[in-house]
Formats: sequence, C-alpha cells, structure tokens
Amino acid sequence: MGLISAASTIFDAGSMSAGFGGSMTFIKKLTASSSGTLSFVDGASSVVLDNTYKEYLFTFKNIHPATDDTKFQFNLSIDTGSNYNVAKTSTAFVAYNAEADNDRAIEYSPGEDLAQGTGFQSISSGYGGVGADNDQNMGGYLHLFNPSSTTFVKHFIARVNNSNQINFSADNHCAGYGNTTSAIDAVQFKMTSGNIDAGDICLYGIA
Amino acid sequence: MAVVSNGTTIIDAGALGSGVATGKMILIKTLTASGSGTLSFVDGADSVVLDDTYDSYVFKIINAHPGTDDVNFTFNFSIDGGSNYNVTKTTTVVNAYHKEDNSEAAVAYNTYDDLAQSTAYQSLSSFGQMGIDNDQSLCSIIHLYNPSSTVFVKHFIATSQFYQAEDRSNNVFTSGYGNTTSAVNAVQFKMNSGNIDSGVIKLYGIGG
Repeated sequence: MGLISAASTIFDAGSMSAGFGGSMTFIKKLTASSSGTLSFVDGASSVVLDNTYKEYLFTFKNIHPATDDTKFQFNLSIDTGSNYNVAKTSTAFVAYNAEADNDRAIEYSPGEDLAQGTGFQSISSGYGGVGADNDQNMGGYLHLFNPSSTTFVKHFIARVNNSNQINFSADNHCAGYGNTTSAIDAVQFKMTSGNIDAGDICLYGIA
Repeated sequence: MAVVSNGTTIIDAGALGSGVATGKMILIKTLTASGSGTLSFVDGADSVVLDDTYDSYVFKIINAHPGTDDVNFTFNFSIDGGSNYNVTKTTTVVNAYHKEDNSEAAVAYNTYDDLAQSTAYQSLSSFGQMGIDNDQSLCSIIHLYNPSSTVFVKHFIATSQFYQAEDRSNNVFTSGYGNTTSAVNAVQFKMNSGNIDSGVIKLYGIGG
C-alpha cells in the first residue's frame, strides 16, 4: 500500500519516493582494532556492493597504522573476496608540506601507480607513509563507480590526507580503473605492512 | 490529510514536514544517454530544479561512452533557460595520466583544455582522447556552487577519471567560474564531436 499526500506518492513498495529522502545511503561501517584486513563483501554482513547503486563511496576516519611509515591500500575482487587481484592502471600524485616549513611540492608518485598491476593500490601514497605516532592518522574518501557493470572497466577516484612519519601533511590523489568487465563484488583494505591499529571505514551507496 | 506523530507533522500537502530529518543530498534528475547529441538540465523543465532551492548542486556522470573515438566530454552553462549555452568561463585543468604499458606517467597543468574568458564548452576529459572501445568510459563529479546568485560569478570544481583512447588512465581536475552575475539556470553536456553513445548523468541538490 502506498502513502499518497496531495497526489504525491511519499512511500510505496517499502521505500520512500525519489526526491523525498536523501540520496546517500549508509550501508556498513567497519572499525579496525589491530586488523590485518577490512573487507566489504557483497551479500555478507549486510554489505551491498552490486547494481543497487551506480556509485559507492568509502570514507576513512582516523586510520592509524600499527607500524610507522606504512601505506593504506585497497584491492578489488570479482569472486566475492576469494581473491583480491584485479588488474588496475592508475595514477598517483601528492602535494605535501613539512611542519618545519622547509619542504613542499606537488609531484607525481611513480612508485605508487599501477600499470596493469594486480597488486594492492596505495592511496596514502605520497612522500612516505602514514605515521604511527599516537596522533597521526589518515582521512579521506574513495569513489567506486558502477562496480557491477559487465560492460565497462571500473573507475575509481580517491583522495586522502595523512600525517606522515616525518611530520609532513600529504594530500594524496589516486585514480584509475580496475581493468575488468566482470562485476566487482568485494573491496579489501589493509596496510602495506602490519595491522590497521584503529580507524573506521564507512560504505555508502549513492542513488 | 496530514500524518502527525507525537505532535510533529510528518507529511502534509504532498511533502515531508519541515521538522522531518532527511538527507541533505537529494537526487533531482537522472538523464540516460542513448546516442544522444546533448543532455540538458533546464530549471523548471522535466522536474529539474536548478535555482536557489539548494546551496550547491552536484552532477555525477557514470560511464559516459562516446559514439566517436578521440573526443572530449564537455559542458556549458546557460543564463536563459537553455536557449543559449555560452557563458564566459575562466578555468584551470590539471591532468595525472599513466599508460597501461607503464611508458608514460606524469601530473601536469593542461594548457590544451583550459579556458580564458571563453564561451566555449569546457572539457572534462582532456586532449580530445576519450576512447570508444566497448569497455572505455568516463566518470566525473562536478560541484556547482550557488548558480542562482545575481552577485557572484559561478564557481565549479570537477574531478573526472577516464579511459583514454591510447590506453591511459587519466585523472582530470577541472575548476573555474562562469564569469557572469546572471543566474545560471541550465547546464548542457555533449561530446565535442559525435554523440554520447551511452551513460548516465545525475543531478543532486545539496543542503537547502
């Protein structure tokens, strides 16, 4: 049964009509606690990562590594998390500035991009890694577009800022595509070395 | 008939009550390309809102695929309800690109696609090189701030990611302003040559 007011359908078939509610739907939050990996797998633990949405947004809050000078990274899966090894071609660059005000630049990060690589993609990639001091951490976001497409490659755009191990602020830009026409149905995050000591990753669907 | 709960009006006269908490990112309109020459969002037409209802607007382009190889995906503004798309713009463009064979990688200012007081369409891709292979496409997020202002120029910030014809990943940062104090009330998207073969463009209102 629908709920109609002044000829406008407000609710019907278990959902609110377009234009009435927000278009950014919270799906899942994972909280790190000395975690080796954090994974979002479609169909598991209430995670939705399919054709329900054309765009997904991951947000990162206070990602703190257990090991100094390590990088935060992700990979994609086409087999619901059995393997995280999708080929990717990507770009990475960073703008940084030292707390000591003695070093600043914007530069491409050739060691952090991928050319058809199946390895994990660093997104806190520039000028060292995330610092492990108690107050150091990383925050930012990752957009993943139309992961369920079986026609197109899977574009992503990420931007994070981290306080790095030598006391720089680093604004990291990473973007690229998972070079597959298979549906992406899982995404995994981890550090290049050691655990994710603390931090939250939230997944949203964008209608 | 209104729906009232514990003294709070939830729904009345076809709208949610002002006291009902909702998200602040509202989907306004979705256009789907199918061999389309242009896709236009015009305030007041086809349920499109592009006025002072929201503080800012966001366009999301999902998998725009050209009908012709080696082209750019572009947009322009209108101040006359879509009769003309020719607002003067000054913009910046920065590209980060990387080739699949690892032979090229850089980040650089792009003098090819920026505009200096030009009424031309602004490219969101770069160098006229969107690929037409079946799996190639462009995705983009464009923020347009306060388009209805009659005081300020109209700032926009776009981040795009596309699969270049020469098998490069290309991340494009396009920003600038429509140099007009007239209200912008329509936005049009098109390829600089040929049709938009497929793809989706969504318009959201933010805040308000």
